[in-house]
Amino acid sequence: MRIAVSPENKPIVIASLFVVAILLAGTAYTLSTTGTAPLLSPGYLLQQLQTGSFLGICAAGMMMVILLGHIDLSVPWTLTAAAMTATAVGGDWALPTALAVGLAVGLLNGFGVAFLRIPSMIFTLGVDTVLRGLMVAQTGGFAPQDSATPLMLYLAKERILGIPVAIFVWAATSIVIAVILTRTGFGRSIYATGSREAAAFLSGIRTRLVIVGAFVVSGLCAATAGILLAGYSAKAYQGMGNSFLLPAIAAVVLGGTHILGGRGRYAGTVVGVVLIVLLNSVLSIMQMPEAGRQIIYGSVIIGMLLVYGRNQRVTS
Amino acid sequence: MHQPAWKRWLQQNLGFASALLLLAAIYLLYNMLHPRGFSSAVAVQNANETAAIAFVAMAQTIPVLAGGLDLSVGAVMTLTSCIASVLVNGSPAEIVFGMIATLLSGTAFGLANGLIVVYGRIQPIIATLATGAIAIGLALLVRPKPGGDVDGDLGWALTNSVWDFADTYGLADGGDAWWLRPFADIPVPLIIVLLVTALVWVPFRRSVTGRTVYAIGSAEGAAFMSGLPIARAKIAAFTLGGFFAACGGLYLAIQTSSGNADLQQAGAYTLNSIAAVVLGGTSLLGGVGGAVASLVGAAILRVISFYFRILDIDPLLQPLIEGLVLLVAVSFGAIRTLRVKNKLDLFR
Repeated sequence: MRIAVSPENKPIVIASLFVVAILLAGTAYTLSTTGTAPLLSPGYLLQQLQTGSFLGICAAGMMMVILLGHIDLSVPWTLTAAAMTATAVGGDWALPTALAVGLAVGLLNGFGVAFLRIPSMIFTLGVDTVLRGLMVAQTGGFAPQDSATPLMLYLAKERILGIPVAIFVWAATSIVIAVILTRTGFGRSIYATGSREAAAFLSGIRTRLVIVGAFVVSGLCAATAGILLAGYSAKAYQGMGNSFLLPAIAAVVLGGTHILGGRGRYAGTVVGVVLIVLLNSVLSIMQMPEAGRQIIYGSVIIGMLLVYGRNQRVTS
Repeated sequence: MHQPAWKRWLQQNLGFASALLLLAAIYLLYNMLHPRGFSSAVAVQNANETAAIAFVAMAQTIPVLAGGLDLSVGAVMTLTSCIASVLVNGSPAEIVFGMIATLLSGTAFGLANGLIVVYGRIQPIIATLATGAIAIGLALLVRPKPGGDVDGDLGWALTNSVWDFADTYGLADGGDAWWLRPFADIPVPLIIVLLVTALVWVPFRRSVTGRTVYAIGSAEGAAFMSGLPIARAKIAAFTLGGFFAACGGLYLAIQTSSGNADLQQAGAYTLNSIAAVVLGGTSLLGGVGGAVASLVGAAILRVISFYFRILDIDPLLQPLIEGLVLLVAVSFGAIRTLRVKNKLDLFR
């Protein structure tokens, strides 16, 4: 029997198989060294997914922007700025303030990319530098002394029915993004604009507002991740978002979203995030030194893309 | 319509011309404000701090011209500086061998990038994101802890003025020969950067392969239909990028006399290289610009940071000002949107 997989789902299927392969390889390793199989225990997996949910939420926002053929390099300091203002404001207004920061950054990014027509690569990079400057000026370059509010701690650390709340937040974000992408006009406009903006514009789509909207979603997602991460470490600190940018892009691309926009499914991004999180945890179980980790990380991305991420040749 | 040649050049290179003007203006003002301005010592210090980022910016330019982006330049620079910190010492022959090996390893890494992009058919931006991680991993293998041992004489000779260079190696009567006088105060790093540009970039741009790089950036399909060697040009673009990144890494190792496999530093260099490319007037869409323009862009970035020293600006405000300057500078690109006659031209 031959199983037919549509080209759209091929990356998702292969990435899922690779996730299983990682789990099996990791388990074989732990069985042979310690005789236990922590990778297969639900508790361990949930804990990994809890820390993975921060990356998952960043990647969800990043995907909206990548689907347009743009990129959001301001994620690290949007995340940090949101977390820092949230802990500085404190109380009931902490979360709305953080989201407002994300909204403002998203609007600014969207304005620069959609209306000023500056390449997103460089504009969001500038915004990221400005945000870093603002935070350094405000905090004096040190970790702020403010601590996370109880609500933030609850969202990041507590469990409902044994499942971390952070995973629920990730799931809720995922449902919202998936519904936006598949069931709303905005979502379809994103795919259309990402495929060919001029054609989308001529069909009556207000492509500039679509771009602003996608950047706003990305800003809000980064802010949400910032809230969770600040809650998880009980405070905000300089550079807390730095390690999320490249993995978020990698997760989106490994999930089959085309880096030039127009193609990709949200389920792929989730699988991509899970793949990266599990790869990281298996490598840390193996006590792989940082050097080997980086090499394996890069090789996996190249290898996976060689299997399913190849472009058409440009011949006309 | 007949136009003078300089007018046509200006029209085609508006971004580069304004970047050059800006650099001249801010560097002149900097020297006037500096208590020891217009002296060899200031020029040497400035040139030293600019050389590495200038090389990395040039490395970034060539893939950008072909319509790609190389996110591994900072990592390759880090890798090569780590290799140089191990190899560049000992007897003169060993030093020369070490420098050649460093440059070759960077070039080989660039070649690997090019092969993956061309034959693997993976988008450059994501392929180099991955190879950048591999480069950092290799750098950590070469130099797990920061440190190193680069030949001291070489470090002194290459990071000072021409007189010091001649003095160190006893050339031209220890630097006092009459014919060396007019050049004695020129910083050596400036000469190195200009030499590499003149000997590598200029011939490349004039070759068929170099012109094909521009053609790919303008319209890849048209370049293919015209029978241009697309695969060769793309591979050459990434290989040359690797070579320039290796020049930057070698210089950084000689300057700091050590290597450091620092992930943050690699990322900062990559991002600054993109900023320098854009400031110089090279289009991120490809096809317009050049490595000399990025040299100017990198110099602008560095001169802005020199100002912080003499103007006594609160160090805490420096990142903010740097970011705002970058944001405002690239926002001038928005002037284009006011001039388009057909709205569809916006969506290129």
